[in-house]
Amino acid sequence: MSHAASTHPVLDPRIAPPFPQAALPMLRNPQLRKNVGHAIDVIQAKRARLVAEKTDWQELRTAAAAIRTHALENLGAYLEQFEANCTAAGGTVHWAADASEARRIILHLLRQENATEVVKIKTMTSAEIQLNPFLEAAGVRTYETDLAEIILQLGEGEPSHIVVPALHVNRSQVREIFARRMGLKDLSDDPQALTNAARTYLRQKFLTVPTAISGANFLVAETGTVAVVESEGNGRMCLTLPRTMITLAGIEKVLPRFQDLEVMLQLLARSATGERMNPYNSLWTGVTPGDGPQRFHVVLLDNGRSSILSSPKQRQTLKCIRCAACMNACPVYRQTGGHAYGSVYPGPIGAILTPQLMEMHHAQSLPFASSLCGACYEVCPVKINIPEVLLELRAQVTDQERKHFSRFFDPMYLGLRIANLLFARAWIFHTAQWFGRIGLGPFTRKDGWIHSLPSVGGKWTQTRDLRGLPSQNFHEWWAARRKEAK
Amino acid sequence: MRASLFITCYNDTLFPETGRAVVHLLERLGVELDFKPKQTCCGQMHANTGFRGEAFSQAKRFIRLYQDSETVVVPSSSCVAMMRDQYPGLIAELGNEELRKQYGALLPRVFELSEFLIDRLGVEDVGAYFPHRVTYHASCHGVRALHLGDRPWRLMAKVRGLDLAAVNNADRCCGFGGTFSVKNAEVSSAMLTAKLQDVLATGAEFCTALDNSCLMHLGGAMHREYAGMKTIHLAQILASTEDSLAEVDL
Repeated sequence: MSHAASTHPVLDPRIAPPFPQAALPMLRNPQLRKNVGHAIDVIQAKRARLVAEKTDWQELRTAAAAIRTHALENLGAYLEQFEANCTAAGGTVHWAADASEARRIILHLLRQENATEVVKIKTMTSAEIQLNPFLEAAGVRTYETDLAEIILQLGEGEPSHIVVPALHVNRSQVREIFARRMGLKDLSDDPQALTNAARTYLRQKFLTVPTAISGANFLVAETGTVAVVESEGNGRMCLTLPRTMITLAGIEKVLPRFQDLEVMLQLLARSATGERMNPYNSLWTGVTPGDGPQRFHVVLLDNGRSSILSSPKQRQTLKCIRCAACMNACPVYRQTGGHAYGSVYPGPIGAILTPQLMEMHHAQSLPFASSLCGACYEVCPVKINIPEVLLELRAQVTDQERKHFSRFFDPMYLGLRIANLLFARAWIFHTAQWFGRIGLGPFTRKDGWIHSLPSVGGKWTQTRDLRGLPSQNFHEWWAARRKEAK
Repeated sequence: MRASLFITCYNDTLFPETGRAVVHLLERLGVELDFKPKQTCCGQMHANTGFRGEAFSQAKRFIRLYQDSETVVVPSSSCVAMMRDQYPGLIAELGNEELRKQYGALLPRVFELSEFLIDRLGVEDVGAYFPHRVTYHASCHGVRALHLGDRPWRLMAKVRGLDLAAVNNADRCCGFGGTFSVKNAEVSSAMLTAKLQDVLATGAEFCTALDNSCLMHLGGAMHREYAGMKTIHLAQILASTEDSLAEVDL
């Protein structure tokens, strides 16, 4: 662990290295590759089994896509409806335009409670706004209660997956972190022993910390209800013992009707963890006297979402219900894990969501971090056409970059501009093929293969050979054959 | 039956043997084939790299060039996927109503090779002979964009002498992805290594596919690593007969 700090991943899109560069240490890390591959195989196999048993899976996807699209197209109205119903039930709704406003609102609410400590239900949205370091700096200790989040918090790690944030960490690494941070020298790596250690650690927090922060899987406009699903029951503890609950939710999380949960919960559990139903489905509406938190706040976070909503082609990104099926299916994520994406949102959804949340000012390597294989779109329970959005974002990045003079002689840009000239006229294309044969001649070995190329070509030949150009192109063969026939 | 062959830019340049095989195969099946010498590229490379204007020029060129063809056959699944999935967006953004109509009229007549054989000609047994152990790489665009389904397997099942070896994780990408293979060369290589492990484990002599771009990637690594397996486009297997064996250097 001693040298871990030097390779500590940066999950802030504004300063993270570009994807190809950030991926390198991940590709060279056999432990990480094995942990990620194993965890994904387990989840994928469970998911495949449970999806196969639903004969109406495609209909469910169609329904979910329609519900989410409708909610987004009428987002303002549904958010106001949610606010009205939540307020009527005793909650207080706050609106945060960006991350810094959300952090300030939450700190202000904690100060009102005189809180110096807070327990947290797993929420990626709080990681998006970098809430924990902000609160710690302001003197509020944060205690994650989701097992994976505890592992990361105690091990000073970063999430690499949105559903299973410590997916890259294996059992023996968990043992080491718990033993070191909980002072349990004789802890074994038996899952039962590790769970017991976490439980003992958590119980004390649940019983002593009166303030909690959660995210939200869904907000229901019709009833003002907040929904959180989880596997461990630690979220349920945060929803019963503390006096005050502050929920942070992206504005896109809203569903029109309570009944819509029927569709969403079936898809979410199967897509995310390969379960028929999440073990804990917590729904709460405002405040219930004598039961659970007696003060309840919802912070609705925009943080770039409105600008995504304003683009018809990109809007579908916000349909996401954070199931992570896309990253589990992604052959790129499988090799790199999540940290290479430089964001708390990794994988295919992260590759489209992160640059958009940054309003296309940062994370511009992410839309290119995909082979466009389409596996993400195939599994997405709300039918986000991720490849389509990737292409849209690629076009935007290219449009921005190609204006810069420094890009003029960039081999990739130059090559693509030249290729465009060649493809405009067949005779130019054919002349270029002829010159290509001459030009590649010196690089072509006797066996007809190219083993090494300069510049961009070298990126190919660093791991792959390239067959040399044939002495006769197809169109030449065709022309010769026609001539012969006459 | 008349058909126009769109060979694609990279097949013309790098894999003329695939084009020759398509010609021999389809002529054997009685198709009257023509080849438009003005053809170049479908625009996929530009579209996938964010060069939308350039991609549109090539899309427009393709549509205009083939609008009078009875049918168009394309031995490259990713190029057909480009035409089906990306042309509409490009035309909506940069084209006009006339082009949209021409595209709408042309599209149902554009076929990927296995679609053309099975859906248009209605043949599964093309009379081929290829006495080798072969594994099939189901390219991403063939599986998820064109939904080719069991078409390739139905064609291969009828090839005399062919010993078909199933590959694990058949629908997983080989890591090519066009410019992805150089923009993210290391990640692409890691994906390729994983794919190659599954492909080589089949013990096949040949790895075939309906897209030479994946095969260029897999074949490039096989050659680099002296892997003892070669790549071959399915058209070349289907063109191969007892009298005229496939163009492979054994």
